[in-house]
Amino acid sequence: MFDNRAIDEFKGVWVFCEQRQGVLQNTALELISEGRKLADELGVELCGLLLGDNVDGLAAQIGGHGADKVMVCNSPMLDKYTTDAYAKVIVDIIMEKKPEIFLIGATNIGRDLGPRLAARLRTGLTADCTKLEIGYSKTDNEHKIILQTRPAFGGHLMATIICPRFRPQMSTVRPGVMKKSAFDQAKADKVVVEHPAFELSEADIKTNVVEIVKAAKELVNLSEAGVIVSVGRGISSDVEKGLALAKELADELGGVVGASRAAVDSGWLPADHQVGQTGQTVRPQLYVALGISGAIQHKAGMADSECIVAVNKSDSAAIFEVADYGICGDLFKVVPLLIEEVKAAKAAK
Amino acid sequence: MKVIVCVKQVPDTSGKVAVNPDGTLNRASMATIINPDDKNAVEAALTLKDNTGCKVVVVTMGPPPAEGMLRELLAMGADEAVLVSGREFGGSDTFATSQILAAAVKKIGIDEGDIVMCGRQAIDGDTAQVGPQIAEKLGIPQVTYVADLKVEGTKVTCKRMLEDGYMTIETQTPCLLTAIKELNAPRYMTVGGIFDCYNKPLTVYDYEALKDDPLIEVDTIGLKGSPTNIYASFTPPQKGAGTMLEGADKGTCEKLASILLEKHII
Repeated sequence: MFDNRAIDEFKGVWVFCEQRQGVLQNTALELISEGRKLADELGVELCGLLLGDNVDGLAAQIGGHGADKVMVCNSPMLDKYTTDAYAKVIVDIIMEKKPEIFLIGATNIGRDLGPRLAARLRTGLTADCTKLEIGYSKTDNEHKIILQTRPAFGGHLMATIICPRFRPQMSTVRPGVMKKSAFDQAKADKVVVEHPAFELSEADIKTNVVEIVKAAKELVNLSEAGVIVSVGRGISSDVEKGLALAKELADELGGVVGASRAAVDSGWLPADHQVGQTGQTVRPQLYVALGISGAIQHKAGMADSECIVAVNKSDSAAIFEVADYGICGDLFKVVPLLIEEVKAAKAAK
Repeated sequence: MKVIVCVKQVPDTSGKVAVNPDGTLNRASMATIINPDDKNAVEAALTLKDNTGCKVVVVTMGPPPAEGMLRELLAMGADEAVLVSGREFGGSDTFATSQILAAAVKKIGIDEGDIVMCGRQAIDGDTAQVGPQIAEKLGIPQVTYVADLKVEGTKVTCKRMLEDGYMTIETQTPCLLTAIKELNAPRYMTVGGIFDCYNKPLTVYDYEALKDDPLIEVDTIGLKGSPTNIYASFTPPQKGAGTMLEGADKGTCEKLASILLEKHII
């Protein structure tokens, strides 16, 4: 019988390992890496849950980043993600095997699936977590629980959420926030692969995926970029030139161009360039903010970058609060000079 | 056919946000707005009404002043409004909120050809959980991140956005859809609409009105019924101040370039 309040019956940390068209999403490996730490602290097993069609080949990757075990569910009906099929299979397996923690990447698919699972299991789900720790609730120092920290109110507040009375404890986790550990071939070779039984029929699936279309142009990969040069409202006086300068500087530094919400909302750059609370969280080696005022929503997505450089006309711009190096000046004058100096420095190297 | 739209009144987090010394949000000092994604959900419903003559019912859970927002939505063209309000509902997390809103949707009545619309997420919590959880509680299919929508009889076709492209998804009514800003451009109230909105029905559902629904139990609603609790809340730690470089000329850029070189970034 499944009793979601019988918390002592639940053991182990599970990660939903999202794949699309047979390719494991980066977030899955970030969560496996993070899940490893949590499982070690609890002294329990870390298990990846992988759904798809003929996806056994991905299990080694999941093992190589730290999973003890990978449970694989293969079916043509699980090839493309549908809420109904994935929710049915995952809920049935959770009810049978009872993990204490279940982590899901907060991708557009994870954020569709997670709430559906939690509602069916009648347990709590914390959205878009940026930090996970093991601890105790204030009233119970026997049961270790997961402390889930997330931004709220557009990043103005951080809240730590717990789910002490129900199991599993579920979190969706922001892509790009947790660090992916190095791949270990020895661990990959050792991973245990299981195929749990599940029941699924076409009648369970009430939506029909007619087609999946990849974006026509290559989307910018902010989360993997070592250097990001972002533009904000400050380029408004000459958008074309501002974008060209950002692109040139990014090229010189071997990086890509990002944008603030203002720049995306103004239509200067497409949404896949957006950094911030409603865009992507990034932590590159170098983040250059050009004409970005530094709204808290933006800072929430880039403040963990290793080195932050900001150029802004206003010396009171909030972006300077998080910048390692600030230049107060007109970006249209500063950036061309900076490009020249970067070129010179590279040449002299 | 009717479309039931779930909306939320939220503090405007785009401007200055006031935080109390104890780390909670000073809501009293902030303006309230209709949650942006919810406006797209309302617009989608009103567009369907323009095309098919269907009925549009807006529903919100919140304190009594949320009535002002509902009047605004009636002035935009919604036909009826429901305010779900009661002390018993306070402190609900997403799970508990979805129990209550699903009960309210059931009371409004959800029939074969109907659609429930929500915004993708609200800007105060940014969870995007309540929509799918209402769908689960109603036992109907969901499509989230809807950027385009076509309804032909009971067949619903959606463009569902992914990070790296989109899916085209077909489903049948009754179903629940969550709207993103790419779906449409929300309309404004009209003068006639503002004039009419006070004559349109606005019903309040309190705990008494919903308590007979099996979804409404002491252990499924409000602070007590919420599986998640807030353990702590705090303002995000500020990074230590960096260095402002002198000037904005060639020398400044030369200095910056040499720092980046030292750090092996270039």
